[in-house]
Amino acid sequence: MDEIKLSAHALNLYFGNKKILKNINIDFPKNQVTSLIGPSGCGKSTLLRSFNRMHDLSPDARIEGTLKLDELDIYDQKNSVTEIRKRIGMVFQKPNPLPKTIYENLSYALNIHKFPKNEIPQLVESALKESYLWEEVKDELKKPAVKLSGGQQQRLCIARTVVLRPEVILMDEPCSALDPISSHKIEELIMILKKNYTIVIVTHNMQQAQRISDKVGFMYLGELVEFDTADNIFKNPANELTKNYVGGHFG
Amino acid sequence: MKKKTRSFFNWILLAGSTIIVCLFLGIILFDIFSKGLSSITWNFISALPSDGMTKGGIFPAIIGTILLTFITTLFAVPFGVACAVYLNEYARPSVLTNIIRASIRNLAGIPSIIYGLFGLALFVQAFKLGTSVLSAGLTLGLLSLPYIITTTEEALKRIPNSMREATLALGATQFETIKDVVLPKALPGILTGVILTLSRAAGETAPILFTGVAFYINGLSTSINQEFMALPYHLYMLSTQHQSIEQVRPLAYGTASVLILLVFMFNIIAFYIRFKHRSQD
Amino acid sequence: MSIKKREKTDWVLKQLFKATGLVTIGLLGGIFIMLIYNSIAFFANISPIDFFTGAQWDPGSAKGNYSILPLLASTGLVALGSMLIAVPLGIFTAAFLSEFAPSKLQAVLKPIIEMLAAIPSVAIGFLGIVLVGPGIAKIFGIQNGLNALNGSILLAVMALPTIVTISEDAINAVPKSYREASLALGANKWETLFKVTLPAALPGLIAAVMLGLGRALGETMTVLMATGNASAIPRGFLDSVRTITATIAIEMGEVPYRTTHYFALFAIAAVLFLITLSINLLGEFFANRLRKFHA
Repeated sequence: MDEIKLSAHALNLYFGNKKILKNINIDFPKNQVTSLIGPSGCGKSTLLRSFNRMHDLSPDARIEGTLKLDELDIYDQKNSVTEIRKRIGMVFQKPNPLPKTIYENLSYALNIHKFPKNEIPQLVESALKESYLWEEVKDELKKPAVKLSGGQQQRLCIARTVVLRPEVILMDEPCSALDPISSHKIEELIMILKKNYTIVIVTHNMQQAQRISDKVGFMYLGELVEFDTADNIFKNPANELTKNYVGGHFG
Repeated sequence: MKKKTRSFFNWILLAGSTIIVCLFLGIILFDIFSKGLSSITWNFISALPSDGMTKGGIFPAIIGTILLTFITTLFAVPFGVACAVYLNEYARPSVLTNIIRASIRNLAGIPSIIYGLFGLALFVQAFKLGTSVLSAGLTLGLLSLPYIITTTEEALKRIPNSMREATLALGATQFETIKDVVLPKALPGILTGVILTLSRAAGETAPILFTGVAFYINGLSTSINQEFMALPYHLYMLSTQHQSIEQVRPLAYGTASVLILLVFMFNIIAFYIRFKHRSQD
Repeated sequence: MSIKKREKTDWVLKQLFKATGLVTIGLLGGIFIMLIYNSIAFFANISPIDFFTGAQWDPGSAKGNYSILPLLASTGLVALGSMLIAVPLGIFTAAFLSEFAPSKLQAVLKPIIEMLAAIPSVAIGFLGIVLVGPGIAKIFGIQNGLNALNGSILLAVMALPTIVTISEDAINAVPKSYREASLALGANKWETLFKVTLPAALPGLIAAVMLGLGRALGETMTVLMATGNASAIPRGFLDSVRTITATIAIEMGEVPYRTTHYFALFAIAAVLFLITLSINLLGEFFANRLRKFHA
């Protein structure tokens, strides 16, 4: 049996009166890649964003149910949202580097979390190496991050997340804004990162989900229709909807 | 044929209106500058008034206006930005924020002379600051507050949420996100709004009438608890209150020119910041 | 622990920022209370009936005449005149800008309108004395051109940028499909403008006029300098007038503290406050109607 890192139990989420997520129960195994797939608007990004409480920003979002990181209740008001987000990193659909230099994009989180000053340069370097960006940027660390190409920016955003050594990395369609070569690099990176991190990734791309995932959840209209190993979902789905979706019949 | 005449008439109506509006500005600038620019000499800018203000310069009025605007800035900018940050970054829409927003909109519509009365009652009398550049600056600060809040909030609204999510997802607190990402990104927009508001404040007369502006001050005062001279009031005084109005008319034109140039300078700086920022995006 | 401390800082600053929001409510409330408090002190001495129905504002006389009517009539007359000039000019200019001006021309015209808005009111008042006043005196063959007409012309200039800008926004907010439908039905561009676009933008145009009117009613320096300051009920645009704002500006500097005259100035300010407040609220009401209509 896999060790469970992150879980949702009886999760309902509303935006205003609209119910977006309907009774979701899901367990993400430790140090594996789990993909969430499904047609646009099925709630996969919404589900992903509820784990690091990104919906706190939306005034009309309301959440019921229990979400846990190990045994920690993510929505318990006693627990620090800052601490949770430090432990659960996130990479967004569109690269969103901070309006700072490449170096500062990585050192920023280390500084606010009060890492010892003398360790920071070393941590920045190793995170950039881990994200396979070091060779490309080592001579221009003082350049504004927005000057990088889209693919480089996204790897920078991954490095920025990795530098904090989170336990979980949430990725919201990290390749959708990138060209095939950049996407491929990021996929390789994900395969390497999963040795140390629990990764949950939302993707539109079936081939990608098939290549990188250990487990796959298929969502439709706010419900988790099927959750199984990647092999079963793609080769032997139990549900008719899943079969049609992965077979390319809709979505 | 009839249709053609109608159409021609409509053209005259619309284009003519636009031309008249432009002419207003043209006439204002032409009359003031053609008669005023020749009065602007180094002596006019840098000397004290002399001979019962029939000769000399407007140096104390320039200094007074600068000092006044400075006090207004120190008071209104932090306050206004803080309020905009609360409304746009922290607050969820609620009864309270609706009341705050309604207050701000209504404050913007209150006649400036009423701010003058309020400044008199609050700063001059209740806080016992006396009629002084401090009281007048604070009064102008109150007047500027709703504009600074509104323009700052607009600048904050233009920052996409993805910027905020970037730092929040790293475990930054909301304040750290505001301080390190949102405000630096919004700075050009905030600055543009602040400068335009201040240029308006610098040209205001009614709110400072009872709160500290003086007809004439012997010498040069830069103390914040003393009365002061200011360009707009100096112009008002030279054109209506002086005993030999015709004789000082060139000085009045000169003062009007300096005032308008000062205000335009503010505006040009604001436009430059806006333009430079736009071309960067 | 460090995270606890950072979250505490965040909380404290949030409360501080919130306090500034509460202060804005307090500021509006404070202005309101100041006006009401001093008005009550005034009405303890002078009956509201005399205040609203008398014919004279003459605080210097032995009995002390405190009727707001001449001031109110002056304020109303000057503002009405300014709107008669500024509303058609402003709306036609806005229509020209949004419907007919090519973008290059717009790029020139918009800064001109912003520059017009930037001119200090005291400079416009000055021109009322040296330029518009003598002009009026010459045209109408009268002694003195400092009168209601002068004030109306100047206030029109000051209200124009507000009216043009907001009207233009209102016209731009009318969906393109309305125009296309009208043109497709065979209407020409003028019929489309006057029968479809402008009527559809009407709530926004009313809002623009209300905000311009609010600005004209509350303006002090131009009317103080250019209208002659005679506090009698005016019989026409060529009479000298004295608005509420000008009266406060002239007399506040000279009255002894906490006398009936002093309180009287707060009472007329309270009336002005209520008028401008209702006009602004009315403008907001229409602006909201436009928003809902197009949402």
